[in-house]
Amino acid sequence: MAAMMELVDLERSFKVGRAVVRAVDGVSLAINAGEVVCLVGESGCGKTTTGKMAVGLLRPTGGEVRFEGQDIWQMNAADFRKYRQAVQIIHQDPYSSLNPTQSVVDILSAPLLRHGFAHSRLEARQMSADCLRRVDMTPPEDYLDKYPHQLSGGQRQRVSVARALTVNPRFIMADEAVSMLDVSIRVSLLKMLGRFRDELGMTYLFITHDLAVAKFFAWDGRIAVMYLGRVVEIGPTPRLINYPQHPYTKALLSAIPEADPHATRTKERVQLRSMDVPSLLHVPSGCSFHPRCPLFEPGLCDQQVPGLADIGDRVQVACHVVARGARTV
Amino acid sequence: MAAFWHNLKTTLRLLSHNKVGFVGFLFVIFFILLSFVGPYVVPLDRTTKLDQIYAPISLQHPLGTDFSGRDVLSHVVHGGRDVLTVAFLAGAISTVIAVVMGSVSALIGGKVDSGIMGLADVILTIPQFPLLIVLAGLLRFNNVLILAFILGILSWPSLSRAIRAQVLSLRERDFVEAARALDLGTGHIILREIMPNMASYLAVSLIFAMTAAVYAQVGLVFLGLVPLSGSNWGVMLQLAWTKGAIFYPKALPYILAPVMAIALFQLSLVFATRSLEEMFNPRLRTGV
Repeated sequence: MAAMMELVDLERSFKVGRAVVRAVDGVSLAINAGEVVCLVGESGCGKTTTGKMAVGLLRPTGGEVRFEGQDIWQMNAADFRKYRQAVQIIHQDPYSSLNPTQSVVDILSAPLLRHGFAHSRLEARQMSADCLRRVDMTPPEDYLDKYPHQLSGGQRQRVSVARALTVNPRFIMADEAVSMLDVSIRVSLLKMLGRFRDELGMTYLFITHDLAVAKFFAWDGRIAVMYLGRVVEIGPTPRLINYPQHPYTKALLSAIPEADPHATRTKERVQLRSMDVPSLLHVPSGCSFHPRCPLFEPGLCDQQVPGLADIGDRVQVACHVVARGARTV
Repeated sequence: MAAFWHNLKTTLRLLSHNKVGFVGFLFVIFFILLSFVGPYVVPLDRTTKLDQIYAPISLQHPLGTDFSGRDVLSHVVHGGRDVLTVAFLAGAISTVIAVVMGSVSALIGGKVDSGIMGLADVILTIPQFPLLIVLAGLLRFNNVLILAFILGILSWPSLSRAIRAQVLSLRERDFVEAARALDLGTGHIILREIMPNMASYLAVSLIFAMTAAVYAQVGLVFLGLVPLSGSNWGVMLQLAWTKGAIFYPKALPYILAPVMAIALFQLSLVFATRSLEEMFNPRLRTGV
């Protein structure tokens, strides 16, 4: 069976003055129905840009986004509308993702009425209440007539999840959906999103910079690690967390503090050759990680861009040295 | 009908929430009634009474009399209509032009944006009042509609720049992106997502455009550049000046009457903005 969402060699460049920034540079990723894929990486590595292209809010400058086998930018209007409804987004900032001039019932009714799920204001109100119940905001009557500023951050985020659910999507792109919430609220929201996956078969592209969140949410899914616009490693979550292959993934994992301070201090750190993240305006030649990489081999890494290579166990790594090692073993 | 009354009640409750704003709002209504209904109640005193020049305040003449013994109150009542009409019309015209120009500029961008903003810059650079004086010489401003139109056309640029900036910022907000993902349509995005977020700003801008129009108009009339016939607060001031009333201490009530009418009207408009701001911005509403 073909993947539900397929990103094929996706590219997006932005003009900054006269320079061109390649925010996303050849990302390929296939997401199957019901799967959770986490996209992790530090700020500015192109995770959000990739996500926005996947949900059709940003047009790629190269490559294709295929939804159920069809290139979304070649679709006819009717198919594109179906795709728009099947694919929804949850934003990072619960304070700017809800229109401050609309009450909760207005926010939830608009898509219900627009797409013919409800035929009257009253019906839309009842359906909005159902949506709120699905995101554990009970009793919904307490929230329907509230404005966003009267809700807490966690409640607002639930309302944006409820809004995404109004059109019965099958795919949700969650862009740092929990990073602005308190840790206690984070877990309950992640559990709720996990429940939709079990109950409704929801597919997620979950974008985060926090490996702990990725580990929690996508334990039976996959993690893709991005660095400067490229995917450097992708693999099943337990495998990637316990046996990271790419030196960048290793560095990211070793930077996570442990609950035990002693363990944190004695933990073995990956020794990077440089702590500076290169500017996207001057992406290093060859493997873009080579100026920082402990495995750097002159003449190879600074000359050739490594492609994603299969090294078994559904793991793919974009590293000359690691891929060579895997082949010889 | 029931829904209408309900809406009216909600609106009034929101308006009355801010005391200062509500007082301003009541005064605006008072001035509207005074200027548009008043003339049918109080007849305009046109007869010259030489024995009553600059008569003091009395029951018969609550605001005294002018240089030819005519009742000042009747002139104040009859003099508001043109001032208010020009203010409302000029304010509305400039706000509508500003909204259209600003939104089009922000949403289309590119050459259209540069063109509109270039035009706005040119108009902003020309000193307004001298231009009005020149225009008053060329065109005949003897019609309130023409005057309102000219004032409206000259005062949109600064507001349209502000609106362009707001639309540019609002259209990048996450809730607009969410509306796009939900396929709610461009009409919904402009009218329901973007515009309501500017409503309080627009209401306030409309009022400031109105106060500016009042000053521009009264100024032109006072300088005698707009030969408006009949009564007008500006005409009263101009006559007080040209007929030498300013040299008579006894003429104080006569001079103060139009000045106070203009000042109070402006003040009540500015006060009313407070209520309007609360009405359109749910974050400022408390306990509603």
